[in-house]
Formats: sequence, structure tokens, C-alpha cells
Amino acid sequence: MYRIVRRELLAPTLNLFEIEAPLVARKAMAGQFVILRINGEGERIPLTIADFDRAGGTITCVFQEVGKTTKELGALGEGDFLQDFVGPLGLPSHVENYGSVICVGGGVGVAPVFPIARALKEAGNEVVGIIGARTKELLFWEEKMRSACSELRVTTDDGSYVRKGFVTDLLREAIEEKKNTSLCVAIGPLPMMRAVCSLTREYGLKTIVSLNSIMVDGTGMCGCCRVTVGGETKFACVDGPEFDGHLVDFEEMARRAVIYKPQEQLAVARYVENHGHNCSCSCGGGR
Amino acid sequence: MTGGSKPKKIIEPKKNPMPSQDPFLRAKNFNEVALGYTEQAVVAEANRCLQCKNAPCRQGCPVEVDIPAFIGLAAERDFAGAIKKLKEKNALPAVCGRVCPQESQCEKYCTLGKKNEPVAIGRIERYCADWELANGVLPQQVNPPTGKSVAVVGSGPAGLTCAADLAKLGHEVTVFEALHVPGGVLMYGIPEFRLPKKVVQAEINNLKNLGVNIEVNAVVGKFAVVDELLNGGGFDAVFIGTGAGLPYFMNIPGENACGVYSANEFLTRTNLMKAYRFPDADTPIRVGDKVAVLGGGNVAMDAARTALRLGAKESWIVYRRSKNELPARHEEVEHAEEEGVKFAFLTSPTRIIYNSDYWVIAMECLQYKLGEPDASGRRSPVPIPGSEFVMDVDTVVVAIGQGPNPLVPRTTKGLECNKKGNIVADLATGATSKPGVFAGGDVVTGAATVILAMGAGRTAAKAIHAYLNGDS
Repeated sequence: MYRIVRRELLAPTLNLFEIEAPLVARKAMAGQFVILRINGEGERIPLTIADFDRAGGTITCVFQEVGKTTKELGALGEGDFLQDFVGPLGLPSHVENYGSVICVGGGVGVAPVFPIARALKEAGNEVVGIIGARTKELLFWEEKMRSACSELRVTTDDGSYVRKGFVTDLLREAIEEKKNTSLCVAIGPLPMMRAVCSLTREYGLKTIVSLNSIMVDGTGMCGCCRVTVGGETKFACVDGPEFDGHLVDFEEMARRAVIYKPQEQLAVARYVENHGHNCSCSCGGGR
Repeated sequence: MTGGSKPKKIIEPKKNPMPSQDPFLRAKNFNEVALGYTEQAVVAEANRCLQCKNAPCRQGCPVEVDIPAFIGLAAERDFAGAIKKLKEKNALPAVCGRVCPQESQCEKYCTLGKKNEPVAIGRIERYCADWELANGVLPQQVNPPTGKSVAVVGSGPAGLTCAADLAKLGHEVTVFEALHVPGGVLMYGIPEFRLPKKVVQAEINNLKNLGVNIEVNAVVGKFAVVDELLNGGGFDAVFIGTGAGLPYFMNIPGENACGVYSANEFLTRTNLMKAYRFPDADTPIRVGDKVAVLGGGNVAMDAARTALRLGAKESWIVYRRSKNELPARHEEVEHAEEEGVKFAFLTSPTRIIYNSDYWVIAMECLQYKLGEPDASGRRSPVPIPGSEFVMDVDTVVVAIGQGPNPLVPRTTKGLECNKKGNIVADLATGATSKPGVFAGGDVVTGAATVILAMGAGRTAAKAIHAYLNGDS
């Protein structure tokens, strides 16, 4: 069992959990992910590692409540336990001194891009961070990102904070201004990563994306997470989750991401019916 | 009939039949198909055994069970004695009694089998093991602690057998399992209707009672690598039994379309994650009206039979050779046929056709004829040019085999592997190119059977014991 030692509500339905998992924390690196299961009936869901504390033995994950499992997770509080928590899975980000890099985080993607930006800066890079959210209240970790980057640029889709525009608008400006950028790392919703890749392709700027495919085991056993990269089938769990964004078949990714949409809708409807109050009262959620 | 006056007893020519669920009913549920012998039937079957002095059956058993001895005890209704005898050699008798291919092992060498049906050794084994699970597990003898410690990577049949043998010898054993429950393929792969999961867990509990520690959610190669287990991890030796968990695909166009599963995914969702209970269990699975399972092995049969139970109207085995070449056990093929699984022999897909939403709607297939025997001794399939046809299907399950999972081999320095990625190990000892590291089961041999993996686990346990004693 794995204890939730800290919970923070970053925005409505946007949660941060710090989970006690010393063996995972000991080895966790930027870019890797974990798989967790809430209880004996639970599904295994992958979450990208947003931060880790080796000394404290904890892993931080940020997730949005969208499906049944994430809603149920959101109903848990500090001191509650997760039945299963395994990792660190996937390959770590490739970190070296590229010179100048841009790290883009959109929506929840700000969380997993943070440790990568930090690692790249520690490796000597000049890191321009770009973060964005749909609206002001969904924006989080601005200060944390600022500390991990040499320079941080912020935007909101609706203009409710700093400026109006997409992360791609800021990205174009940054590439034009900097000229010497050698790598872009972009994490966020599929359409955002896709938009980033079509932009950076124009500039011939190599772009790494992190794919959150549907997974079961997360160790290369089931092939559920397969994705076409440069015409070859890869498993996001063991060959990724990071890939060269210019080679990723995003169309296929998008189709495969909604394979279980009807089942997800059914499960959510059933969960909401049984747990109408969107509780933060540590009642334990779906018993 | 054996006839004449030579045999002391009259031997029934046929095995006592195994009671089983009606095919029509069972094709719609996940309960166990084979119901197990009654006491009367097991005694009658045990009495068919001739108690041959030379016990030819034993040469067919990879874990060297003293078969006539346990059957003799069962014939006397001494089931406690019988299970004790079984467990001297076999750590997982309730599993083996159900899933071993006895027809090509112990029963193949049974003297009775020369003229009649052999003794149903597996069915008797199952009865004895189930008797113990129902009547309370008998304590097993464990040697005094040796102070040595062994890490076992993977909790499938090879790892569990190795762990049990080492624990009985007095070594401290920790098994690391990547998934959230131990059992490996016994849990994620073999379906509930062939091997109930509570039976597997009961066997694993027996191992825990021997003192074996089991750490789940522990992916060796990730949370720690083999070298760390040996240096600083407190282990004196490591056994790698990580199996054949990497699914092979056909490499044909359209294979990543929605509705195409590897058999591993299809079975893992169903068995390990209990997707057949969705939405009570959280993991979903989607099975369409017409399912095509590609391949002809036991895994393919499991997938095709699972598809029926998940509600498919039609479930097809699509196999590029003919019925005679099916690698699956005869019994599994028979069960599948009884349940209504259909077979498209001498057929293999060339591409998967999908709709505008990227969902499978059909497969383009090619017909084959049988040519000359290949390296496996089976007649090889030869495509018939121009024989393309379209088979409408909405789910495809690829069950053409699995390779070794590369996580451990890739992260273990100095561990020699062959070009297929299998760990190179001495089959007589399980020793690898790396001192103190042993391996066995599918990760060495490629995908094979539960019992062969168990045999490899036992072989390695002996060698590890010798290694720890400084004998080698």
C-alpha cells in the first residue's frame, strides 16, 4: 500500500498527490512515469512523474479528473492509501547540454515538463519555459517552473492572465527571437503537441513529445500503447514515453486514445450516480 | 480389453471421464470447464495404474514426480500422503494437474497407453492438490536457515518453482513481480475457465508458508537492476524467470487499428484485470460480434474461447496451416470446437482493413496449401497466388507467439543473450554468462509450457544451492 502524504488542489478537478514510494523515488528520473491502481477492482493507469524527492521517498503526480478512475482518485485525501504504485517506468528524458532549449507545457502537461526543464537547466542549458492553460484558474506551478527555467513565458487561451494566446504563439515568438534553439520539449494534450510539432517542423527544430497512451502493464507486455513513430510500431511504455514529435503519427494516437470512450462514459455515469457529491471529505470514493 | 489371465486386475481400457460443464452453458461463463474427479472416480482411476517397477511415466515429467508412488497412495485413499509425495517434487500441483500437457509428457510413456488409454495422471494429481486446498495445507519440511539469500525475478512457473525449492533448502528467497499480483502467466495469461485464479493464489500462499517473500509492483530493471541486487542489495544469487512477455505482431498494414489486440493484452485485460466484470471491475475490454484470432497455439485457443465468453457472436481461429499442424493441445482444440469456436485453416491475413474511425472492419486474407516439412517437422504453409479474399471481422487478436521481455536482459551488464533476445543459459544448470546469475523458463527457451518452465526453475534451484555452498 502506498500512502498519499500530501494532496493539493491546484485548480478545480486538478489535483496534486505526493505519494510515499521510496523504491520508486530512489530511481525516478525526469520523463518517466508510474502506473497506479486505487483498489482491488481498479484499472491500472499511467501518470507521468511530476517531481520526486529521493531523500523523502516520495513521488509527485498531477492529474485531472476526467474518467472514473481519476474522479475516484480525486476523492482520496492525505493519509489515504493506493493499493498499487509501480515505477519508475519508461525511459528517462535524454538530458545533455544542447545549449539553448525550449520547454513547453500545456494544461496538465506543465507538471511532467517541470522536472525535464529542471534537469536540462542543471545540465547547463539555457531553458526558455513556456506554459499555458485554457484560463487563469487552471494555470499552476508558474513559480516552480520559473525556478526551473532561465526564463518563463506564460499565456492563457482566453487572455484571463498575462496574455491571450496559445503556447504555440509564444513558441513561435521564442524561436524567432532566439534563433539558436537546438531542442524543444513539449508536453500537453495531443492537439497541443501536434500543433507544436507542425510549428517546429517549419523551423526544423527537433521536438520531443511525451505520449500518454492507454496502457495496461506498462512493461512492454501487452502492446496496448503502441504508436507509429517514423513508420515503425513502438511501445510507448518501454520505447518511450518520449519520442521525436516530428515522426509521431498523431492521427493514429488520437484514434487509439478514444478506443474505450463508450466504456469510460458508462463508468463515469455510474460513478457519478453512486457518488453524486464531488467529495473532498476522504470518504474513500468508490467503495 | 487387456484380456487373458496375466494381469492380476481387470483394467478399464479408458480413462475415467472428467466431468465438465456443458459446452453450451460454459461458453457463456468464466467458471472452470473441467469440474474435477469425485473421490470414487479418482480411486477407480488410480487403481488403473499398473505400478510398473521401472515407472516409465517418470521420464516424461520435467520435475521428476514419483508418479506411481503418489497414485498408489491415492488408490488407498491416502490423499494426504499422495499430496505430500507430489509436493516433494512439484511446488504447484493444482496448477500442473490442470494445465500440463500430460499427453505429451508423463502419460505418453504410461505402459497402459500402449494398448489402451494411459492412466489419467494429471486428473489424479489435480484431485490430490484440490483435496489439500479443501482440507487444509499440510506443513512442509524446511531446512534450517543457511544465511544465504536469493532474488528471484518473475513470479511465473519458473520463478515460483525455483523459489519453493530454494526456500525448502533453507535459503532466504525474495521474489520480485512486476505486476500487482504474483503468478505471471498463470494469472495474466491462462484464463479463469482453465485455471481458476484462486487456485493459483492458494498455491502461492503455500509458497509464502515456506517463507518465500513476494514483492509485487517491483520491476527489476527499473526500481533496481540485477547488479544492484547482487551488490548492495543483499542477495547472493539471482534467478531470472521473466518469461516470454513480449507480444509478436504480424507486421502487416493496419495492425495498429482500433480493435486489434495482442493476445497478451486481450487475455491480461480479461484474466488479470477481470474486464469480463466491467463495469464492476474498472478495466474495460471491447469484443465485437466477429472475432478473428490469428495463430493456432494454446494461447490462440484461450483467446478464441475467451472471446465467446465476452459475448462475441462468432469466434474464429485463423491459422495458416491445417488442423493436423495446430500446436495447441488436442484437448484445448476439442474444447474450443465444442464451445463453437470456428476454424479457418490454411488462411492468413495480409492486411487489416479499417473504417474512417480507424476501427477494424475486415481482414484481407490469403489462402495457403501445405508444402514440404520445415525445421519444426510440420508441413510448411505455401501461399496460393491470387487467392486473396476478404473476411469481415470487427476484432482481431494476434496470438502468433511472444518473445522474451527485454527489460532485464537490457539492463544487466555481462548477461549474454542470443539474437532473439533470449538469455543464454546452460540447460543443465541454468547458469548464465554472469556469475551468480541463473535463468530458466521461457526467457531462455522461448515460449513453451508451464511445466518446462517449472523444470527449469527446479534445475536452477539445485545449481544455485550448489553455487551458494561453494560447490562450483
